[in-house]
Parts: sequence; C-alpha cells; structure tokens
Amino acid sequence: MITAEHLTKRYGKTIALNQVSFHIEAGESIALWGANGAGKTTALRCLLGVQSFEGQLAVHGIDVRKNNKAVRAVIGYVPQEAAFYDLTVRETLYFYARLKKAPLSRIDETLERVQLTTHAAKRVSMLSGGMKQRLALAVALLADPPILVLDEPTANLDVQAQRDFTHMIQSLNQAGKTIVFSSHRLDEVTALGNRVMVLANGSLALECQPHELVHKLGLHRWLRIWVEAQHQTDTLRVLDEQGYKVMPNGRGVYVQVNASGKIAPLRLLEQARIPVEDFDLIEGEWISQGENHA
Amino acid sequence: MPDLTNVWTITEKELREAFRNRWFIVFTLAFAGLALALSALMQPSGLQLRTMNYSRTTASLINLVLLFVPLIGLTLGSANLAGDRETGALAYLLTHPVSRVEVLLGKYLGLAGALFATLALGFGVAGVTLALQGSLNDALGYLLTVLLAYLLALAMLSLGFLMSTVAHKTAAALGGALFAWLFLVFIGDLGIMGTAIATQMPIQTVFFIAVVNPLQMFKIASILTIQANLEVLGPAGLYATDQFGSLLLPLLLAGLVLWIVIPLGGALALFSNQERFILKGNSR
Repeated sequence: MITAEHLTKRYGKTIALNQVSFHIEAGESIALWGANGAGKTTALRCLLGVQSFEGQLAVHGIDVRKNNKAVRAVIGYVPQEAAFYDLTVRETLYFYARLKKAPLSRIDETLERVQLTTHAAKRVSMLSGGMKQRLALAVALLADPPILVLDEPTANLDVQAQRDFTHMIQSLNQAGKTIVFSSHRLDEVTALGNRVMVLANGSLALECQPHELVHKLGLHRWLRIWVEAQHQTDTLRVLDEQGYKVMPNGRGVYVQVNASGKIAPLRLLEQARIPVEDFDLIEGEWISQGENHA
Repeated sequence: MPDLTNVWTITEKELREAFRNRWFIVFTLAFAGLALALSALMQPSGLQLRTMNYSRTTASLINLVLLFVPLIGLTLGSANLAGDRETGALAYLLTHPVSRVEVLLGKYLGLAGALFATLALGFGVAGVTLALQGSLNDALGYLLTVLLAYLLALAMLSLGFLMSTVAHKTAAALGGALFAWLFLVFIGDLGIMGTAIATQMPIQTVFFIAVVNPLQMFKIASILTIQANLEVLGPAGLYATDQFGSLLLPLLLAGLVLWIVIPLGGALALFSNQERFILKGNSR
C-alpha cells in the first residue's frame, strides 16, 4: 500500500528525514512515534506529496514525486489542528467534496458518521476543538479513501473528545482503512496502532509492536520526586528496598511506576519520614540512566 | 494542465467569502455611493450641457477609480494568500487533491469576480443616472471606460497577489500594498514631475516613465475614450497623440494587460516553488 525507500528530506543543512525505508500493508494501522522534531510531520507531508524529498515513495501504486495530486486523492488527511475557511460546516464539506470529486450525497452520510448533523448550519468558527477535529475527519472521509493519514489527531482534545475520536479511528481501521498516524502519546499508540515505527533525529530507529514499545525503548510511567539533598540517598534506598527501579536526578529521583501504583512510592516515603517537596508524573517518556532531565 | 472544475470550486468559495467580507461590502457601497453622487449632482440642461455633463461625470469617475480601485485591488490581493498562510488554511487546502496553480488561479478569479461586482455596481448606478438625465450620449465610450477600470483593478489584484506570495505575514503584505498604492497614486507622479523639472528631462522620456505606471495607462486611455486628444495632459499628452496617433489606445490596453499577466505569472512561479514557507510552522 505504501512503500518508502531511502526517503530523505533536507531543509538547507538540516536533515529532517535520513534514508528512511518502510513498507505498509493495506489495512494496517501504523504509528509514527518520536519526540518533537523527530521527523514525524515531515514523513506525513512527504506521503501527501506537499513537499519535495529524495528517495522513492509510492502510495497505492502511485509515485508520489510524479503525481502528488493523485496521491492526495487516495489519502484522507487529518492534521493536528485543521484551519478551515469562514464557511458553515455544510459549506465546508461541500467545498472539499467538490475538490475531492466525492459524490455530494456523501455529505449528509459523513456528517452523521462524525455526529455533526445538528451542527451542519453552524459557522466552523463556532465549533469546539473536538468538533473541528471531527469535521476534519469528515472532510478526510468524504471520498471514502483507502488511506487515512493523521498528524497527532488528538493532541489538542480533552479526554472525552480524545476517547471518542480514538473510537472512530479504531472502527475505520476495522472497516479496512489503512491508517498512518503520528503520536507521542503511549495510550494513543497502544489503542490505535498495529505496528510502531520509531523515528529519532530523522532516522527510523526501531519498528515494533505497540506493546513492545515500553520494553524496547524503556518507556514507562515515571514519578519524578523532589526531596532535599540530604534525603536523596535515603529516598533511593527506601524505594530500592521495595523493588522500585529508581534513578537519582538533580535534587530528586525518578521512580518507575505502573498505572495503578502511582501513589505507593509517596506513601513509602511518608512512612519513612522523608519529606517530599514536590512530584510530577511523566508518561511514556524515554528515560535512560545518566540522562539529565533537571 | 489545471483542472478547471477545481479552479471554479475555489473561485466560488472566494466569491462567497468576499461577499461576506465587511470591508469589501463597505468599499463597494462607498464606491457606488460616490459614483451615484458624482453623476446625480450634475444638473444638465440643453444638448451642449448634456455632452459636457457626460464628459465631466466620466472624468470624475476616472478620478474616483484612480483613488479607490488600486486600493481595493492591492489590499484584497495582498491579504488573500498571506492571510490563508498565516491561519494555516492554505497548508490544509494543499493537502487535498488540488494543485498550487489551481489554488492561485481559483483565488484570483474569485477576487476578480468580486471586483467586477464592485465596478459594475458603481458604474452601473452612475450610468443609469446619466441615462435618466439624458446625458449618456456615448454608451460605447462609457463601457470602454468600465473595461479600462476593470483592467486596472485586475492589474492591482495581480500586484497584490505577487506581494502576498512573498510576504511572511498578512500585516507585511498589507503594508506593502498600502505603500504600493501611495507610490502609484501620489509619490510616483510627484517624483516624475520633480525629476523632470530638476533635470529638464525630454518630454518623450517623461511620457515613457509616466506610462510605466498602470494608473497613468488607465488615465490616459480613459481620457481618450471621452475626447479625441490629450491636450488636457499638456506637452506629454500632445507628444503621445502625435507619436502614436490611433495606436495609442490599443497600446495602453496592451500595457494594462501586461500589468495583469506579468505580476500574476510571477506570483504563480513563486507560489508553485514555495514549500516550507507555505507549510505553517517548522514542525518536523
């Protein structure tokens, strides 16, 4: 369905993508994982043919470099935050349906699918962030494309809207659509992805299953606890004795925790009469020994 | 080859947005109101006075066009692409099966349609008023003036689009448009006059420098539609009449067409090759 060979993108002297090769089968749901600046958005823009690149890239049998417009006809794209024109919801769908050569009869059906029927006459500027994102999905689905490309689609949504949107994407994948999405949220990757491609500094660092991501990258939930300097050694000892993976960091410590046991290390420190100055939770971040996160 | 269906789809969208744009509506109504006032305030009586009334009203409309039309053409054009780029709407539009040439042509034609509506309304109400007064004694000449005003509007729109493709921000594009307007309407003329006097420039040089300005092209061509010679422009006008004779009007029309085609071609060439500039943000 999608094949990239030695995909490279340079912005002047900066290499945003470096010799990236991959193959995506029809019906797969692929997560592009990486920190900000890793090259995720650049890779998606290359798929859409909206920017130049070196190497080979074919989407649905179409050479992206030779016929980028045809490629965009087989892809439905949902950006992180779609910017629409000053039109109503229905006018917006009508406009994009015509550009995509989609039957206009699909407008009502698509509105229903993303639950925007009652908002059809509203100006887009009046919609909430979640509704705008559903409208972007509706636009993407108008021509019933075989491939959906989503760039951090739930990054700006609240928890409920994230959940609703994720369910919609899941059902589309189950219906046979090929999904390529970028994310740096572990829960999103786990919920939506069949396979994860990890990008680091523009290179494809790893390909794995979503459940392997935590193990292979050392991704965990980490509790960062700030204690006074004289208590740091005791803190590390107390937590280590209870089997926690701990690391010193500046004035505090990192403690690896699971989803249901976030409060336990704090209780242990309270019992040991070690005063905690502050704490926060880091989800799915790549933390390695010796890395300074202060 | 651009897909004309896509071009038309974008043209329609631009037209719809223009007719909802408050500034555009205010400008259109102001232009129509002033055109109506200019034509209605003339009180002709007698055949000779009616003929004079037509010339005076048309001359007033020409001055109105010289002031208003470049301003609206430049600002509409310059704010369009730059505004869409700033909001991210342009980057999103380009992720759909549409080419950059189709986008730019569609936008241009949409705004060209909106400008046509403005001029049609303004010249329409003035024309109807002149007709009711019995003063519209050269309908063909009047239509030619409307055509020239429209060509000027398109030339200014092209220049605005060119600015829009190179400006990073809408504010910068609008600033450039206002400077261009000031230069073309006031500073350019004064500069040429001052330089001509100070350097005792030959009259043919003065004429050629002046007609580089599309507003001068429009003005001279419009004067030719209401009177046979350019005496009103002084020695430069007489030189032009003597030198080019009946070819002057077609040459000026061709000049205005070049002012439409060259900046628009430049905008198309620049826009087709822009990449990172269009894609909002530098997210990798």
